Amino acid sequence: MANFWRLFRRNRSAVAGLAILVMVILMAATAQLLYPADPFSLAGASMQPPGEGGFLLGSDSLGRDVAAGIAHGAKTSLLIGLLATIVAVGFGTVMGALAGYYGGWIDDLLMRTTEMFQTIPSFVFAILLVAIMKPSIHSIVIAIAVVSWPAVARLVRGEFLSLKNREFVQACHTLGMSDAKVILGEILPNCLSPIIVIGSLMVATAILIESGLAFLGLGDPNIMSWGFQIGAGRTLLRSAWWVCTFPGIAILVTVLAINLVGEGLNDALNPRLRERQ
Amino acid sequence: MSESLLEIRNLHICLPEGSERPYAVEAADLDLAPNEILCIVGESGSGKSLTARAVMGLLPKPHVRVVDGSIRLAGEDVNQVSEARLREIRGSEVSMIFQEPMTALNPVMTIGDQIDEVFRFHESMTRKDRRSRALDLLADVHLPDPDQIVRSYPHELSGGQRQRAMIAMALALDPKILIADEPTTALDVTTQAQILKLIKEMQAAHNTGVLFITHDFGVVADVADRVAVMQQGSVVETGTADEVLNAPKHPYTQALIAAVPSLAPRPPRDQSAEPALQVKGLNKVFRSGGGFLGFGGGGRTVQAAKDVTLDLKRGETLGIVGESGSGKSTVARCIVRLIDADDGQILLNGTDLRPLNRAEMRPHRASIQMVFQDPFASLNPRTRVGKIIAQGPLLRGTPLAEAQERARELLSIVGLDERAYDRFPHEFSGGQRQRIGIARALALNPEVLVADEPVSALDVSIQAQILLLLDEIREKMHLSMIFITHDLRVAAQVCDRIAVMRYGEIVETGATAEIFADPQAPYTKDLLAAVPGQNWRAA
Repeated sequence: MANFWRLFRRNRSAVAGLAILVMVILMAATAQLLYPADPFSLAGASMQPPGEGGFLLGSDSLGRDVAAGIAHGAKTSLLIGLLATIVAVGFGTVMGALAGYYGGWIDDLLMRTTEMFQTIPSFVFAILLVAIMKPSIHSIVIAIAVVSWPAVARLVRGEFLSLKNREFVQACHTLGMSDAKVILGEILPNCLSPIIVIGSLMVATAILIESGLAFLGLGDPNIMSWGFQIGAGRTLLRSAWWVCTFPGIAILVTVLAINLVGEGLNDALNPRLRERQ
Repeated sequence: MSESLLEIRNLHICLPEGSERPYAVEAADLDLAPNEILCIVGESGSGKSLTARAVMGLLPKPHVRVVDGSIRLAGEDVNQVSEARLREIRGSEVSMIFQEPMTALNPVMTIGDQIDEVFRFHESMTRKDRRSRALDLLADVHLPDPDQIVRSYPHELSGGQRQRAMIAMALALDPKILIADEPTTALDVTTQAQILKLIKEMQAAHNTGVLFITHDFGVVADVADRVAVMQQGSVVETGTADEVLNAPKHPYTQALIAAVPSLAPRPPRDQSAEPALQVKGLNKVFRSGGGFLGFGGGGRTVQAAKDVTLDLKRGETLGIVGESGSGKSTVARCIVRLIDADDGQILLNGTDLRPLNRAEMRPHRASIQMVFQDPFASLNPRTRVGKIIAQGPLLRGTPLAEAQERARELLSIVGLDERAYDRFPHEFSGGQRQRIGIARALALNPEVLVADEPVSALDVSIQAQILLLLDEIREKMHLSMIFITHDLRVAAQVCDRIAVMRYGEIVETGATAEIFADPQAPYTKDLLAAVPGQNWRAA
């Protein structure tokens, strides 16, 4: 672990990314304390520019506090990003592991299924799924997970394909180890690194998809989110620039931070890539 | 010695910070005269390859670089010259052939185009002249049908043919020095013998000085005029081949030479007639290709084992010897049921193991265990050594404390410290890892041990220790052993009987001494004739 941190620290931008991410997480955690009121409630005069009328980042056409929206929206973005990633990585790992380990017709079946999902443009597919189910936090998480898992499945399958023929795995077969033990105890721990890396990058993608859905009005109507704020403010872009701009910056900074952390994890966990630098 | 082609003085090559030693090569002095083959011999990590690369200016800079000393090519210091001059030197004055011709050749260019490139970069010749020179070169290295070969891609040639093509390229501009970095290590013995002959022939025809890097003393005995022995980055001994091979002075050289297995077969031992394992009529065909869900036509088929019949007596070591692709590993993996044979019988204590499914096989697993070839791939890098060894007994319901006790005991049986128990595999050297692999196989008290090339990835001194260990435990634990190897010297040392395989078939079986003294099959004769260095220490 100490060794891992030493390697991670070598990538300066990853450390900066981690610092920003920690701040976003803190903001999400303290949103309730900083802005105890419902972010949807009217907080004062409408269309106030930043710094006026008691609004740090201004207010929108209905007099909602943009800063409060960003703080509460951080929680939504992180939560959805994380949940969707966990579901996608979990499902994708199972599919990829089974396909890679067993091969043959199981591999054919699972991979053709995966390809079917990959042929549909992922954002359009996500819109379709949310539109069919009612827009809610559950349906958004499911939609994002459904469009994200194929990438994980292919990655894990590739790792399993190369690891299952390694001699240490064969040695376990000669000891009479069961398939479940070989998959979970021997092969999976050896492909955790790439899974962690792809998972971390997937959180960023999930946040972007969620924002996109909310922007199109397909977000959970009861939950404040950055995409919703931008969507609500887009008609005012020329008269009240701050309504769209600050949530936009929040998305940009968060996604960038997560990507940097993901890159850092990649450098620290994949030693072969590290040597190249 | 007349004027020397290459003069290396006090060469120091540094390693990146945090490596196990500060210098890869330390204070090395070497000389190469025209028309001479100088062998640099050493075990892995001795710095022999880096020395050769330094001559070509091919070190992986900036972390590994020459920090002191000089490398003079006919008076010119390679470290002082410009990049442009260095490029001129490479190819026209010094050229190199590599261990693995498949990776050293560009897979998407024809052999002809690759030879053509050499001329285009260094000389102004017309296209027609270049092509005819290329054809001449290919004919010189005895490649059959040069017209065909110039139009071939590397993957269409065999390993030996690729190495010949590499040699043709290296000699294209008539360099003064040829550096050969383990040029025959990736080849089978029979091919190796041909390539060694070719290198000697080319060297004599072109008056080239050859710097020949190898770990194999048999090869040294066959090709070297002079020998330099490297240990841990230092040249510990130099001399004529005769001096170094037959009267080594430095203790390290003495130890290395003593570790080279002799070709004289081990004395026969008393045999019990009772069979431990019988293989009858084993067949295995590999099919590749075939498309989605079996559509898209049939693929290639390879008959990896064809009617293989073997008899392993209790307490004996049966060697299966063959070149790559002979099917020896396939047979081993069929016996331990890692792959399913198509038909035939594998009889262990009267039970036929072949038709058993995985669940039915499980109780028999303990009786047959395997030791693998690659000590780096055969241990899970994320599992502690103790757990790796205890795993087998634990799977069979042995209580934890007892399994741990047994694992510690096995560690000391295979000659490792008990403290190894809590460490991870990467903390051990190749030889130590192989010991761990052996301990794992022994943990289940097997009757039959199948060892698939257990020493071919190891340095010669470690190899001798592991062979000794295998012999000891076979005695101590009353094991019967199937020993797969491509190395006839190793086979002579450990095997009571030998089965020679080729193209999936057993061509000859017999007592080791008989096979060595009086081989019957023509292929066995070829194999024995190709063993490098037989005139040296033949007895």
